[in-house]
Amino acid sequence: MMKRIAVVLSFCLLTMSAFAIDSEKAFDDPALQARYDKLVAEVRCVTCQNQNIKDSNAFIASDLRREIRRMIGEGKSNEEIKDFLVTRYGDFVLYRPRFEGKTLVLWIAPFLLVLFGGIAMVRVVRHRMAMPLDGESNGNGGAQ
Amino acid sequence: MNRFLLPLVAVVIMIPIMILGLQSDPSKLPSQYIGKPAPEFSLPTLIDPSKTFSTADLKGQISLVNIWATWCGGCRTEHGFLMELARTNTIPIYAIDWRDNRPEALNFMNQLGNPYVASGFDEDGRVGIDWGAYGAPETFLIDADGIVVYRFTGPLNRALWEQEFVPRIAELQE
Repeated sequence: MMKRIAVVLSFCLLTMSAFAIDSEKAFDDPALQARYDKLVAEVRCVTCQNQNIKDSNAFIASDLRREIRRMIGEGKSNEEIKDFLVTRYGDFVLYRPRFEGKTLVLWIAPFLLVLFGGIAMVRVVRHRMAMPLDGESNGNGGAQ
Repeated sequence: MNRFLLPLVAVVIMIPIMILGLQSDPSKLPSQYIGKPAPEFSLPTLIDPSKTFSTADLKGQISLVNIWATWCGGCRTEHGFLMELARTNTIPIYAIDWRDNRPEALNFMNQLGNPYVASGFDEDGRVGIDWGAYGAPETFLIDADGIVVYRFTGPLNRALWEQEFVPRIAELQE
């Protein structure tokens, strides 16, 4: 049994190589290459929306990689490159949308939810603690 | 009863939001150019590379810009309808032949007909990106000032045309 599992797992490892779509080095300069790697990992492939353009072999992904390579080569800043993409494809194209008016709800909603959840929890717990103990047992099945 | 009030209010607020969320198709991206001037471009035309099709051609009339390619199945599907639309002289149809191969594109035109006033040949796909294209076919409605009014993604047909374009064009003509 263990052997069979090991065989299956090793086949899973084999498929990993299929994810290396963009394996060629884009720049000789390691600093530029690092910027490029970071950017392509943060840009969503617009036709295959749950992939970034680094991992997608869709032609639009390779075109966007080429554009990013070109802009880095032209000395454009990361902000300018993100502007280029957002102008054409909207905030959705960035996996980490920028913090601004339109994306404000997106950024603060999780914190607000945790805050409201926390307040609700504190209130419920306080309420329960104030209840007499024998009232608890016929409530929902007793001790937990 | 009061302790149910807050959750009830929350549920009542959330349900319509979630229903709206279910109805919108996440694979359809909104165009970033709605209400803005069509992106600047200049391309050699497919039929005659010595001529150009550019943003300036879109001024002075309501027009369509159709992003198509021979590799795109949906483009083949809608081509018959585009031919029909071109025959009625309702609206000039311009095109961007996106990331295509010239002989194949010319062959496509010869076989299925050419509904376009001009088709810009965007060999490396740069202009398609400038238009925010993410999948052909895409059809943009442009007003007489060259402003993008609407983008439709996917193959067009008569019914979709009547539903999505006719009222918008009527509004522009008022």
